[in-house]
Amino acid sequence: MIQVENLTKYYSDFCAVDNITLEIKKGEILGLLGPNGAGKTTILRMLTGFFKPTSGTIDVEQNSILTDSLNIKKMIGYLPESAPLYHNMLVYDYLEYVAKVKGVEKEKRMDRLRELSDLCGLSGIMHKSIEELSKGLKQRVGLAHAMMTDPEILILDEPTSGLDPNQIAEIRKIIRRIGRRKTIVFSTHILSEAEATCDRIVILNRGRVVADDTTANLTKGAYRGACIRLSLCSAEEKEVTSLLKEIDPELKIVTLGSDDSGAVSFDIKSSSSKDFRKDIYLKIRETDWIILEMSRESHTLEKIFQELTMEN
Amino acid sequence: MRQIMNIAVKEFKDYFISPIAYIVISLFLVVTGWFFFSTFFIFDSADMRRFFSLLPLIFSFVIPAVTMRLFSEEMNIGSYETLLTMPVSFVDIAVGKFAAALIFTACMLLPTVSYPISIAFVGDMDLGPVLGGYIGAILLGGAYCAVGILASSLTRNQIVAFILGAAICFTLTIIDKLLFFVPGPLAGIVGFLGSDTHFASIAKGVVDSRDLIYFVSVMVLGLFGTNLVMKEKN
Repeated sequence: MIQVENLTKYYSDFCAVDNITLEIKKGEILGLLGPNGAGKTTILRMLTGFFKPTSGTIDVEQNSILTDSLNIKKMIGYLPESAPLYHNMLVYDYLEYVAKVKGVEKEKRMDRLRELSDLCGLSGIMHKSIEELSKGLKQRVGLAHAMMTDPEILILDEPTSGLDPNQIAEIRKIIRRIGRRKTIVFSTHILSEAEATCDRIVILNRGRVVADDTTANLTKGAYRGACIRLSLCSAEEKEVTSLLKEIDPELKIVTLGSDDSGAVSFDIKSSSSKDFRKDIYLKIRETDWIILEMSRESHTLEKIFQELTMEN
Repeated sequence: MRQIMNIAVKEFKDYFISPIAYIVISLFLVVTGWFFFSTFFIFDSADMRRFFSLLPLIFSFVIPAVTMRLFSEEMNIGSYETLLTMPVSFVDIAVGKFAAALIFTACMLLPTVSYPISIAFVGDMDLGPVLGGYIGAILLGGAYCAVGILASSLTRNQIVAFILGAAICFTLTIIDKLLFFVPGPLAGIVGFLGSDTHFASIAKGVVDSRDLIYFVSVMVLGLFGTNLVMKEKN
């Protein structure tokens, strides 16, 4: 649906986006992830036609952003970062103006405004001035703006930044609700958000793509070198070590010590991505030790993100 | 065309949402009304000539105040981004905002129509120069609006936009009074750039194509420049 090729953007001599190639498929929810200044917003602004790329091309369903940007703008709904709206207008007046400019026919305008007000939860604030609204409400008005013509593609720039946890949950719910039928590209620096809502994650750093995979694959790879934490009651440290070595002599077992109740804790590490929890359980079942805790710690997306984007 | 209308209507309504419109209109009426009527009975002639001769100078400060927010405010609060990502072209935006400012200028002039009406009661008035004066005032207002919009598109600071716009408009107003500083061969060209003489000749009731071309070209140049600035920012 969206084809980005060798996209580069320079701000005078600072390179904000460096030769990026991406393909976004229809119906996909793509998360752009990266630290501040990684080029997320710049990429989104180029996708929406607000900035022209220094070089490279963007095609949306065979429309080039350089020559048919008006067509592309009709296909895209865009929510800029922190939803900049006209402060002096009433919510209703603003949305009506947007409906006019986006070409919603006069007869359908009222119905569309009603639908959007239900979808984004605006029914109580239609008569209020935009400058009176809280940040979360403004964001919802911005979402209504973006979805005015029911566009095929939604581009959201940090839709949840600066909101409180309840508002974040609400906005995410709305995004997921629309996301069933639409292509959504959104940027965020909150990893759990990307993990929870995206099908595919692209991690950016200094204007380059450092990872591009489905959310499932990214987190699967995270289990390589994972560590199993084990706590046992009424067990002897040495016996445990020798018993576990029977499973795989390569396992690295570190004793973490015992606590007052006599429970001993271990960290078990393996270099392969195999999950040893089942084998460990079966081995321990042969004995009369009691398992208090057994858990596998994975590298979270957070770790991957840090590894990919940390300097040096 | 439809988009130009949409933008123009929105911008025009915006003027009247905030108190700016009312302040600017009242200020304009007080200043022109005072300067015109304070000496009106001394000169004892039933015409509007001295009202129109005031306009270039007053417009060169009032109109930049009207246009200063059109782009600067949008760029400052960031709504410029929302505007540009809607299906509108640069030309739609520039012309739409220009139209709103021009209609606002016309609204500002509208109450002054009461002057010729009341003068017609007290003396014999020639209607030609009055009509010409209003046509000229709209053309002059249009030209200054285009200049003001260009100034506004250059900066996100409304005060800078105002000063820049007023400086250009003021220069256009007084340039033909500075001709004695200009070497002979250039005087004709520089003189042609001044808005005052073009306006004065229309306000006499003579609508000459040279004056029309002058005002229309200032408008087109201003809007074209705005268009270029928007493209450059993009």
